[in-house]
Amino acid sequence: MALPQPKLDALDARIAALSMPEDGWPRAAREAALARLREMGLPGPRDEYWRFTRPDTLVQAEAPAAALFENDEAPMFDAFDRLKIVFTDGVFDAEASDDLALEGIEIERLAEAATADLHWARDLYGVLEARGHSPVPRPLAALNTAFAADGVLIRVTGRPSKPVSLIYRHESETSDAYLHHCVKVEAGAELTLLENGPAAARFNNVIEAEIADGGTLHHVRAQGRDHERRAATHVFARLGRQSVFKSFSVTVNGVMTRNECVIELDGEEGVAHVAGACVGDGDFHQDDTVFITHAAERCESRQVFKKVLRNGATGVFQGKILVKPGAQKTDGYQISQSLLLDEDSQFLAKPELEIYADDVACSHGSTSGDIDEDALFYLRARGIPEGEATDILTLAFLAEAVEEIEDETLAGDITARLEAWLARRRG
Amino acid sequence: MSALDKLDVKEGVDRDTVETVREVGGKYKYGWETDIEMDYAPKGLTADIVRLISEKNGEPEWMTDWRLKAYERWLQMKEPTWAFVDYPAIDFQEQYYYARPKSMAEKPKSLDEVDPKLLETYEKLGIPLKEQMILAGVEGAENAAPAEGREAERKVAVDAVFDSVSVGTTFQAELKKAGVIFCSISEAIKEHPELVKKYLGSVVPVSDNFYATLNSAVFSDGSFVYVPPGVRCPMELSTYFRINAENTGQFERTLIIADKGSYVSYLEGCTAPQRDESQLHAAVVEIIAEEDAEVKYSTVQNWYPGDEEGKGGIYNFVTKRADCRGDRSKVMWTQVETGSSVTWKYPSCILRGNDSQGEFYSIAITNNHQQADTGTKMVHLGKNTRSRIVSKGISAGQSSNTYRGLVSMHPRAKNSRNYTQCDSLLIGDTCGAHTVPYIEVKNNSSRVEHEATTSKVDDDQLFYCRQRGMDEEEAVALIVNGFAKEVLQALPMEFAMEAQQLVAISLEGSVG
Repeated sequence: MALPQPKLDALDARIAALSMPEDGWPRAAREAALARLREMGLPGPRDEYWRFTRPDTLVQAEAPAAALFENDEAPMFDAFDRLKIVFTDGVFDAEASDDLALEGIEIERLAEAATADLHWARDLYGVLEARGHSPVPRPLAALNTAFAADGVLIRVTGRPSKPVSLIYRHESETSDAYLHHCVKVEAGAELTLLENGPAAARFNNVIEAEIADGGTLHHVRAQGRDHERRAATHVFARLGRQSVFKSFSVTVNGVMTRNECVIELDGEEGVAHVAGACVGDGDFHQDDTVFITHAAERCESRQVFKKVLRNGATGVFQGKILVKPGAQKTDGYQISQSLLLDEDSQFLAKPELEIYADDVACSHGSTSGDIDEDALFYLRARGIPEGEATDILTLAFLAEAVEEIEDETLAGDITARLEAWLARRRG
Repeated sequence: MSALDKLDVKEGVDRDTVETVREVGGKYKYGWETDIEMDYAPKGLTADIVRLISEKNGEPEWMTDWRLKAYERWLQMKEPTWAFVDYPAIDFQEQYYYARPKSMAEKPKSLDEVDPKLLETYEKLGIPLKEQMILAGVEGAENAAPAEGREAERKVAVDAVFDSVSVGTTFQAELKKAGVIFCSISEAIKEHPELVKKYLGSVVPVSDNFYATLNSAVFSDGSFVYVPPGVRCPMELSTYFRINAENTGQFERTLIIADKGSYVSYLEGCTAPQRDESQLHAAVVEIIAEEDAEVKYSTVQNWYPGDEEGKGGIYNFVTKRADCRGDRSKVMWTQVETGSSVTWKYPSCILRGNDSQGEFYSIAITNNHQQADTGTKMVHLGKNTRSRIVSKGISAGQSSNTYRGLVSMHPRAKNSRNYTQCDSLLIGDTCGAHTVPYIEVKNNSSRVEHEATTSKVDDDQLFYCRQRGMDEEEAVALIVNGFAKEVLQALPMEFAMEAQQLVAISLEGSVG
């Protein structure tokens, strides 16, 4: 179906300043993505999955300016031994990055690998993204596939000794960055992928991850305290038999964050966990949109999202579990909770189930409310000042999501960060 | 042979459940049709048809204008497509919008004058003789002694709607004594224009949605209830809808007004003949609850669901909404949905008054090729408002059953509370069960809980029951039945039996 003219015009305006890289094997995928985009158009406020989040600042032609965030804290994950790959405003920073060499994996930059005629990533780039549009279109991901000039391509063949860490720096107030990463975890291999940093005034990031039988991918992302940045991210993952994918995101401020996660459980006994902890204060809008498809028997999926909101912050959760016919013995779990610390904040949720198999256990829960008065009273009765008591309870609330990170040192680090941030705000 | 016969009985779902579901969804008891001469308006929908319906009902000009405005609006609207239902496009010009038994052109004065075919219809539907007499419109029947074995307090006043017209309303005299107005809406437009003008369209505006707007243009009849301040309606009120004529859409309009401090309980039942062509039913129900008023609205929806291959059946596109306008008002929706081939229905509550309450209890059963997309909206606007949603969906065969609901806490709805529970049970691996809840919380003193498991039945009650030696399933069944009981008991006997059975099924296998 052809798009109505105003939508086509809006799309043309959006992409006018972008140029599609003249590269090798990705070129066909880029053109196909642009064609898809022309069919679905950019997200609008009337689209079903954009009713809680205004897409305007993400789709307008120019990125709204974002002041640089002055920060005296040590960057996230600094204490960890990891392979660092740094992008500043979406541009690869060779000096700040480590050598792209690590035993058990092959890493290349998309910009370099794309000039070749043939590449393993050809079967992945834009492929999972294209599959991810049904039944819900994700135009910002198609936009990314068409125009992202760089990113990393990681093929995991063994068990590397340290995590790969993508660090996104923000140095220009008006930058508009696109990165597209492909991760292929071969059978039995395992990788931990870290992401952190504000990236740009506006950041559009896509990860496509294919996890073969018995493979494991851990993904931990920290979207920091940078107040004015905006981000639209997508993670597309396809899981083979007995493979594992665990993704965790912590979001602390940023005016606009939309994290979409699209997972297909294609092989039996796959395990997919997606979790998120978010602390929003003031002009803050954070949206987690998750779509998990169970297409094979005996798979397990779990979604755990916790949001603490104050001073007019908005938290959104749209989670869906789709159990296809025949995906018997599915175990699907989903919880989304918000803690509203004052009058002005809001929590908007749409936890969906769509089930076509009868021998399944799927459940979802969603709650929203103020801090527990009884618990607060208990702590205060023991001499803990109100502000501190509130923080203790807030941290306990968030802990359930942070616990989803399997690596205890990483989880501990994130908890310590959250604690420091809460304490700092208390002053 | 139905798909259910071939089914292995799975753990947690026993043979009884499968049997009962087949009974409820499989065979349709009301599939016969009454061969009766009808007056039709010409096929299709135009402004002239709208005028004709208005004229046939003897309506004043303001009403005709109201309808025409709705019709103009409807022409610009598009059919909604967001629901999880899939049906062939409806040709709105291939429908009759008005059908009336010829014999009803003049209201009959005695039993002898009533078309025996109409009488037979009610008898077959199981409406008791005493009521049947009155239903048939016999004057003076109201004063007859109650039928043997029927105690006075079990009296139910019935408004029967046959295709497009109200055939008769029982116990009108007795209700009048209490000050309650219960009549067909066409009568109300003539007799109580001030009330109709004030309230009609005030809960479901003319331009609310595609089907409600269509209804506003062409509704032919329906029920009207007004309960004056401080009056507890002395008996249950009920409407019985029957679609009989072929290719006829039924568009009924119900308006219930509960004035300050009043109480009324209202029941609705519906059936239709078994036909290969699908038929359209687009109703609008508006409820207004003023200060301290309480309204219970119960539905047993049993329109013809289509056959096992999914042929025929009623398209049930209904807009039901209650406005809890006054402080401390309360509206309770109870629905048992077993019929219709396609259901699109969301009985909702606007909780405008402070301390007002909305409740929604639903059991939806789909079988064969039925599709149901049903749920509720609880819009909390006033302070200390409370709402509770309990929805049980059971799907079998190749059917699809969706719960779709909205809970919205507005910024000024301080200290409000919502509890939602929706459970689904699938029987067989070719059906679907979906849950699409929308939750919008815009203040922090309100609590919203949404659960899709039964493990969160009140833990204290559960503990109490278990302490006394019940196993968990028994205990949960007892607790859920406990709060459903008062609603189920409010239904007429034959409805209550059916509904109770359904509740038992809906719990089956949901614990564990």
